[in-house]
Amino acid sequence: MSFPWAKEYTPKVPLMKWIDDRLPLPRFVYGAIGGGYPVPRNLNFFWNFGVLSGLALVIQIVTGIIMAMHYGANDLVAFATVEHTMRDVNSGWLMRYAHANGASFFFIVVYLHIFRGLYYGSYKAPREMVWLLGLVIFLLMMATAFMGYVLPWGQMSYWGAKVITGLFGAIPVVGEPIQTWLLGGFAPGNAALNRFFSLHYLLPFVIAGVVILHIWALHIPGSSNPTGVEVKGPQDTVPFHPYYTAKDGFGAGIFFIAFAFMVYFAPNFLGHPDNYIEANPLSTPAHIVPEWYFWPFYAILRAFTVDFFFIPAKLLGVLAMFASILLLFFLPWLDTSPVRSGNYRPLFRKFFLILLVDVLVLGYCGGAPAEEPYVMISQIASAYYFAHFLIILPLIAAFEKPLPLPGSITEAVLAGHGGADHEAVGEPAPVPAE
Amino acid sequence: MVRFFAFLVGLFFAGWLLVSFVAGGIAYVSEPPAPTAEHEFHLAPKHVSFSFDGPFGHYDKQQLQRGFQVYKEVCAACHSLKFVAFRDLKDLGYNEAEIKAIAKSWPIKTPDVDPATGEATTRDPVPSDHFPKPFANNVAAAAANNNAIPPDLSLMTKARHHGTAYVYSLLTGFQNQPAELLRRFPDSKTPSGLHYNPYFANLNLAMAPPLTSDGQVTYGDDQPKPTIDQMAQDVSAFLTWTAEPKMENRKSAGVAVLFFLIIATGLAFMSYRQVWSGVKH
Repeated sequence: MSFPWAKEYTPKVPLMKWIDDRLPLPRFVYGAIGGGYPVPRNLNFFWNFGVLSGLALVIQIVTGIIMAMHYGANDLVAFATVEHTMRDVNSGWLMRYAHANGASFFFIVVYLHIFRGLYYGSYKAPREMVWLLGLVIFLLMMATAFMGYVLPWGQMSYWGAKVITGLFGAIPVVGEPIQTWLLGGFAPGNAALNRFFSLHYLLPFVIAGVVILHIWALHIPGSSNPTGVEVKGPQDTVPFHPYYTAKDGFGAGIFFIAFAFMVYFAPNFLGHPDNYIEANPLSTPAHIVPEWYFWPFYAILRAFTVDFFFIPAKLLGVLAMFASILLLFFLPWLDTSPVRSGNYRPLFRKFFLILLVDVLVLGYCGGAPAEEPYVMISQIASAYYFAHFLIILPLIAAFEKPLPLPGSITEAVLAGHGGADHEAVGEPAPVPAE
Repeated sequence: MVRFFAFLVGLFFAGWLLVSFVAGGIAYVSEPPAPTAEHEFHLAPKHVSFSFDGPFGHYDKQQLQRGFQVYKEVCAACHSLKFVAFRDLKDLGYNEAEIKAIAKSWPIKTPDVDPATGEATTRDPVPSDHFPKPFANNVAAAAANNNAIPPDLSLMTKARHHGTAYVYSLLTGFQNQPAELLRRFPDSKTPSGLHYNPYFANLNLAMAPPLTSDGQVTYGDDQPKPTIDQMAQDVSAFLTWTAEPKMENRKSAGVAVLFFLIIATGLAFMSYRQVWSGVKH
């Protein structure tokens, strides 16, 4: 699809030729993730996380479908059917722990994938559409994960659903009716549980569809690379298979080792103990916290404590939380620097590092109780988050003097600074983006 | 245009967050949050070690049986175990006949319907039954327990941070209120009918100390002495098993899976190096 020197698909066995003549699916796969997709030769390990995200999606769909066979989406039995899966279903404990930790690992690899894109400027022209579709996937993932967390009908499920749907209640005038409409009642109950289950089963397939668009959009310009210099000729690329399938195979091995470690030896480490208490509308948990992957956004939500004239602080928090994700959709037009890679942008790189620490601080504060000093820390960190994307990035783009770019990927590789894993990059030490 | 609006939005959010920060700072300095008794006197669970700790840990069946005995003789009068069935006791080393006998002689009976009249009745539990609940419903449970509902214990050790140590600490943590607490927080005197326990989140617990004297439960001759500490450890181990009955399968499968994955990943690494050996990158 992407480059004129991409290899044509030639069927090796008659059966494949027979299929390919009638439905060019083998040709399509070969061009998408086979030998027919030329990829820059200098990708480092941060480029593994796209494939790993796809792998995590498959794990979630497979374990989720099996779990759904044993689950009862009814508020009277949901908690008990999950325990039934854990105790009486063959390997049910494995499916559930893999699904619960699989969600966390999905977010880990997607966050690394996003931060790789942020550092290497993967969102810039001509790859804006890849970035935008990626953000759509991210939003769908957040919705799916939130609804999935409600299904076991534990205390955090119930109160999390109440708090998050309550966000819509902050909208003036129409807020309360919207919240009631979303829940199918005045509080989370059987109606909410049923629709959440239905949507939780649907959305992963929507995600899979958008993933196909994401990859399609990627194949038009081809993959970005650590130098940010576009591919100029065949010498700059290697075929995806076997080069990157081999590399992704190794990456998948590392992923599975970390994943298996959590599933088999610390399956509840990333969860909250309160979710092993059955949902009880009459007893509010001491601290209601979402799953860890929502903590940075939860910190932004809670950072607004002062009303802005007629706008209540709660509504400001809701607006800011949604804005913190929506602003990423404008990123390709906020960061106007013609240089993509952070390797050649000394000033950008410093602020990127601050952003990275900032988001980790936000995450920590989002998981902490809503008391001082965490609220004050998250106010400063949230302020930086907005300032970084909306004020600082456009200014850097205007004032920064980037380092000289290499003439081509091959030139950079032969000079020993192509940006792949083992080399020193342009400036001091290679600060890998993550 | 995009950048202009973004600048304004960024200025608004960042600016208002800084205003909130200053307002919060002033409030924090002018009215520092008052310390509470819960904050100052609540204790993290004690450190206690068990045979099932660590990636190679196994349940000690003798200990689980002792813990089950403590549950049966002490806890079961008030606390249900609704996700556990009598048949599950085979994990503790009981054989089928023993499980049948345990179910049959269980002091609480299973609700049933009289096949002749259709009226509500009870019968002896059978191995396929879950442990029957001591109270018919929450109203009955609250009425019999000074308005507090004894929680189900099936998942207790997973429903609290460091659950196994928490249960052990709670059972051995009942004490008189420290004089310092009463001096600093005179309003936090334990109300009558509640019991002070620093391992409980709000310090005052409706449950009276359940393990009150050494030898409260009689263990077999070849077993350790049933001190309060020993009984608390045993029942904590038992409740860890009720919450996570598949833990041994999980850990042993995990060792095998990791062994396989490390070798497979090593091979994947070598083939990656092999494939890339001719390409400078």
